[in-house]
Amino acid sequence: MHPVSLRNVEKVYHLDAVTVPAVSEISLDIRPGSFTVLSGPSGSGKTTLLNLIGCIDRPDRGEIAVAGQPVQTMPDDALSDFRARHIGFVFQNFNLLPVLTVYENVEYPLVLAKAPAGERRKRVLALLDAVGLAERRDSRPGQLSGGQRQRVAIARALATGAKLVLADEPTANLDSHTGAAIIALMRKLQREHDACFVFSSHDPQVRAEADDVILIRDGRIAGIDRRVAAEATA
Amino acid sequence: MNFWSLALRNLLRNRRRSLATLLAMVVGLTAILLFGGYRSNILYGMQTGFVQYSGHLQIQRRGYFLDGGDNPTAYGIADYPRIVEAIRRDAVLSPMLAVVTPTLQLGGVAGNFSAGISRSVVATGLVVEERNRMLQWNEYGMVSYAQPLALAGTGEDAVVVGTGVARKLKLCAALGVPDCSQEDAARPADGVSAPADILTLSAQERAQPAAAVRNRIEILAAGARGAPNVASLSVVRANNLGVKAIDDMYVAMHLSQAQKLVYGTARPEATAIIIQLRHTTQMAAARARLEALLAGEFGWQGLEVLDFQTLNPIYGQTDEFMASIFGFIALLIGVIVLFTIGNTMGTAVTERTVEIGTLRAMGLRRAGIRRLFLCEALLLGAIGSAAGLACALAVSGLINGSGWTWTPPGYSYAYLVLVRVGQDVPLLAGCVAGMVGVTVASALWPARRAAKLPIVDALRHV
Repeated sequence: MHPVSLRNVEKVYHLDAVTVPAVSEISLDIRPGSFTVLSGPSGSGKTTLLNLIGCIDRPDRGEIAVAGQPVQTMPDDALSDFRARHIGFVFQNFNLLPVLTVYENVEYPLVLAKAPAGERRKRVLALLDAVGLAERRDSRPGQLSGGQRQRVAIARALATGAKLVLADEPTANLDSHTGAAIIALMRKLQREHDACFVFSSHDPQVRAEADDVILIRDGRIAGIDRRVAAEATA
Repeated sequence: MNFWSLALRNLLRNRRRSLATLLAMVVGLTAILLFGGYRSNILYGMQTGFVQYSGHLQIQRRGYFLDGGDNPTAYGIADYPRIVEAIRRDAVLSPMLAVVTPTLQLGGVAGNFSAGISRSVVATGLVVEERNRMLQWNEYGMVSYAQPLALAGTGEDAVVVGTGVARKLKLCAALGVPDCSQEDAARPADGVSAPADILTLSAQERAQPAAAVRNRIEILAAGARGAPNVASLSVVRANNLGVKAIDDMYVAMHLSQAQKLVYGTARPEATAIIIQLRHTTQMAAARARLEALLAGEFGWQGLEVLDFQTLNPIYGQTDEFMASIFGFIALLIGVIVLFTIGNTMGTAVTERTVEIGTLRAMGLRRAGIRRLFLCEALLLGAIGSAAGLACALAVSGLINGSGWTWTPPGYSYAYLVLVRVGQDVPLLAGCVAGMVGVTVASALWPARRAAKLPIVDALRHV
């Protein structure tokens, strides 16, 4: 079963009187346990496609299945619950909750998933250890560097044990050295958690690390470069 | 970490804005509580006064209240002692009763012959010990201005008058009434000289010891058969009744004296039976029981039970007047608070749009976003209400301790300005609940707007 499967997906944006097709005729299967990059120039539709895969936007046409479940017609509350269980997000601007500590930020998805307190604590401490921020667990996001914030965001995305993590330009706001470290960390955690990571990025470092690179141009798939067999990435 | 903790931290995020919002709530709640406390004090004070003087309930002949005030003989309650006894012995009523006492009210003309002056008065015949007990009723712990009737232990001809009556009848010097001019008392009456026999009587009267005649008055009243009846009475004291219109007419005398004046040697009656209860809340139950009691054995008399609100319409009118002002002030403050908090919450939603998108992406439902902002508003309302309450209590303490006085319209002496904030639990609870309700209501629209934000638009927000 593919973690993500798209069939003839279309999304159109209506800007005043102008209709802008964001993605058209997208059919795609993301391989399980893969490190997949959606690549393309600005405005090509990478982020829109990532939003559709992440179930935070709905297609105008076509079918999307995530973790084997069709999501395009799922009611809003069910979709929220589905995201809480199955999908982790890493944002370009980290999007940590500034009023929560590092620990609480990582814990929050588990609170939403109604995980027991003991399990929450165990998972959060393990993840903070894995991203190297166990010592900063009581810090607020404002007290961390960009790279540290992105590490927290990665830990948060993996907190519920989601097998699909979506990252929109995760290195765009980081210097190249920190970006490389973040990519390396994500790769390591992707392998450890046997999760599927899907990125939108035009960062060559990210593309270089990817198993699959899906090239998007003008809202369509312009090419798929499957570099490593799925079995080999596991 | 839970919603409340998150809500509190979000409120503390922009402390200056939260503080300004809280300040608006505190000022608003303090203002409304102080006015409400002042209103309560006035209404409880009025109620205490009315219940002390006229009881919670009165049994009267039907029609007496509206038409019979000047005609006690036509509306007298025959065999009133038996009714009083039946009420006192009733198993249902007995635990509720503070005082049950008969009264006879009559209109007449009081004259001070030696001063050559007279005026119309409303005289009340009463059982002194029972009426003095009634004056001790003070369910709400008010500052009571009631003075005990000085008729206890006096002879049957003793009366107490209002200070207004004392002034009109030139009795100030004898009774020690302040603030009145006695210069007219010594001046002979103007007009045609009196007949010789009257002048002789007058000279004899003046020849009597001064102290004995200085405080004597005569009251002329219509008897049971229409013939005038006169009683010579000794004024033992002048009491300030508070309300000038009453103070200028008031005469209190022993019930037996009043009955002699009206009924002469005929069987005495009373115009009302006053029932004072232990608690005002017992009024409905006591009234129902009284009506059942009167409909039985005493049904032939055509009696009705009237409550103090009916007997004193000014109480209801004052209540309505104060309620309308209170409502107007509450509405104004409510609107101000509504818009202030609405603006605060609206700004918070705008500032935290990306955060809303993030939370929704992570799986928080729309209802969760709504709940988050409503929790913040509720918390703001609770903190603001607690601070407003504390502020109102402190200010009311200052006002109550200041000794400020004022003379209400139509009253003949100044009252202490008091506000009953701490003692009026329904007022406190109502105002606090209202404030919290307004706070939550003001957050409904911003919370709904936040919950309806499309996730992708929220995440793109700059």
